[in-house]
Amino acid sequence: MNFEEHASKALLSVAGINVPDGKVARTPDEAFEVASDLGRVVIKAQVPIGKRGKAGGIQLANTPDEARVHATNIIGMMIGGFEVECVLVEKQFNIAKEFYAAVLNDPITKGPIVMFSTEGGMDIEEIASSRPERLKKLEVDIRKGCDETSILTLLRGLSLGDAKSSIADILLRLFSVYQENDAELLEINPLVLTDQGKIIALDCKFVMDDSGLKRQIELVKQGTPEKLSRLELKGDVNSIKYIELEGNIGVLANGAGLTMTTMDVIRHYGGKPANFCEIGGEAYTKAKFALELVLEKPGIRSLVVNFCGAFARCDVMMEGLLNAWEELQPDLPVFFSIAGTGDQEAIAMLKDRLGIEPFVDMDAASKAAVEAVESIGETL
Amino acid sequence: MRIVRSHHKVLVHGITGKQGTFWTDLMKSYGTNIVGGVNPKKAGIFHCGVPVYASAKEAMLSNGGFEVSILFIPPLGVKDAALDAIEAGAKNICILTEHIPVHDVMYFMSAAKERGTVITGPNTAGSVTVGECFLGFMPAFNQRIFKKGSVGVMSRSGSLGTLMCQNITNAGFGQSAFLGIGGDPIIGTTTRDALEALDAFERTESIVIVGEIGGSMEEEAAEYASTMNKPVFAFIAGGAAPEGKKMGHAGAIVLGDKGTYKSKKTALKNAGVMVLDTPSHIGDALKQNLKRGR
Repeated sequence: MNFEEHASKALLSVAGINVPDGKVARTPDEAFEVASDLGRVVIKAQVPIGKRGKAGGIQLANTPDEARVHATNIIGMMIGGFEVECVLVEKQFNIAKEFYAAVLNDPITKGPIVMFSTEGGMDIEEIASSRPERLKKLEVDIRKGCDETSILTLLRGLSLGDAKSSIADILLRLFSVYQENDAELLEINPLVLTDQGKIIALDCKFVMDDSGLKRQIELVKQGTPEKLSRLELKGDVNSIKYIELEGNIGVLANGAGLTMTTMDVIRHYGGKPANFCEIGGEAYTKAKFALELVLEKPGIRSLVVNFCGAFARCDVMMEGLLNAWEELQPDLPVFFSIAGTGDQEAIAMLKDRLGIEPFVDMDAASKAAVEAVESIGETL
Repeated sequence: MRIVRSHHKVLVHGITGKQGTFWTDLMKSYGTNIVGGVNPKKAGIFHCGVPVYASAKEAMLSNGGFEVSILFIPPLGVKDAALDAIEAGAKNICILTEHIPVHDVMYFMSAAKERGTVITGPNTAGSVTVGECFLGFMPAFNQRIFKKGSVGVMSRSGSLGTLMCQNITNAGFGQSAFLGIGGDPIIGTTTRDALEALDAFERTESIVIVGEIGGSMEEEAAEYASTMNKPVFAFIAGGAAPEGKKMGHAGAIVLGDKGTYKSKKTALKNAGVMVLDTPSHIGDALKQNLKRGR
């Protein structure tokens, strides 16, 4: 789950990391008021996505009137598919130096990594590829936590002057925030040294591990829910993973890997999948609901049903699917591939109730589904 | 030790639950050497014909202990159960559970590393040592899917791995072992680890990698594949997946140019691996490349 800048900074602030004075404004008038209190400010669009500056979502305002004008322009703007609903109005600083600091989950070392660079303000991917030696990394054992000695080792050799001990302190606090909040990524970019010698987190990005949501009930309220289409939301509410795509061939399969592969195979034969919809694991009893969901998307011209039972039983999935089919009676060509646990029973049910047989494999079923769409196209 | 054999003693955490009971009976009847279960609230009873212990530590001190533990435990309980098994001295722990908080996963991974415990999963469907024993939610007993042979198979996905095994059987071949490694971003047994284990398994004469978009595990496995003598085949799922969307598995996500289908396919091809366009092509690929091994 992504968090907007203001929600991410609230976590830093509680942990004793300095963030600029500022407030969220939902209207241009509110922005004017906050700017009247703070003086020279920066107006920042609040969307859970990067590259806001390039999109024109970050503007400097030297007077409250300017703040109002910028807020008027930014609120309602679309950035990366998100509509800007509010802006963060923050005090401006004169920056002497910019740094990069982050803690994240690393699949290679299977533990947390603390990262620091004196090349702040840039995209981290850019630092990593253009000047990898400038990106310092520290592997942390999550059971032992992070200590000052190892942080100072990380910072060794960097010309940080008097700021070194403050930066070490901030990194330790950053690690605590990461650990307490089930973070996947917690990043301060830039962390700045002001001309007054203060160290401040000018921006902050916090991404929470989705598997941690269940034990972070209060924090989740501050996050930004994933942007879902109406059908995706309907799937989500019913614990069905459904992703809407642009094509016209419906996909219903069990297991993430098999469902992705069904999409791949449809594409391989020149068709376009309309969705990802999987009923693997505990969801295998929800085939009826899943079929209704797949068929609800407008413009579906054919359907591939691909079951390979392991934990999920083909006969149970087929029962649910046939119940939905008989109820909805869709006027749609459907192509089955059935294998694995419970396949013989499922195939018998399919013959008995729909009068059709499955194809020999998912390639044959997908190919037939693509051809069916093409032949409908010809008759139209 | 990543290939579980029929002489290995297996302990089932969560044996008394619905899934634990159902799959323990199936594992036992196939040949898995189940020696006990764990449920602190039901310690002292017999369930599925084996004693139930209060903890893995207690199980280790009773009746000759155990080597392998398998967890049928809900997400927020896995950390404690895994630590119990690690501290008891398990050599290998199979973790089926999906949606375990990643900080918990990193925690028990660190403990496992210290003790030298091999973790498989989380979010794996399990493993099959064909004709001997199996762990997890695998239809090992279905002879149209699994047949004893010489093809080693490893997969991030349970359903797709099962399909690949069935395609291999349909083509007249059989499997030495199947290793499900799991769909999470942080897992104990990586694609490379599984490839090495299958390569070292004496019954294996060729290997099929069933990978997915996301992460860099297939690229790392390619390095090892380039040093192998046995033929290696691969299918990578997710070529048609849109960027930035998690495709069901937490680990299956393409971010920018990271974890793409193309980078994996290129790395594997460069390592001499035969990359399949669809899983149905495995039969022909095996027929063309293997002289024996039926």
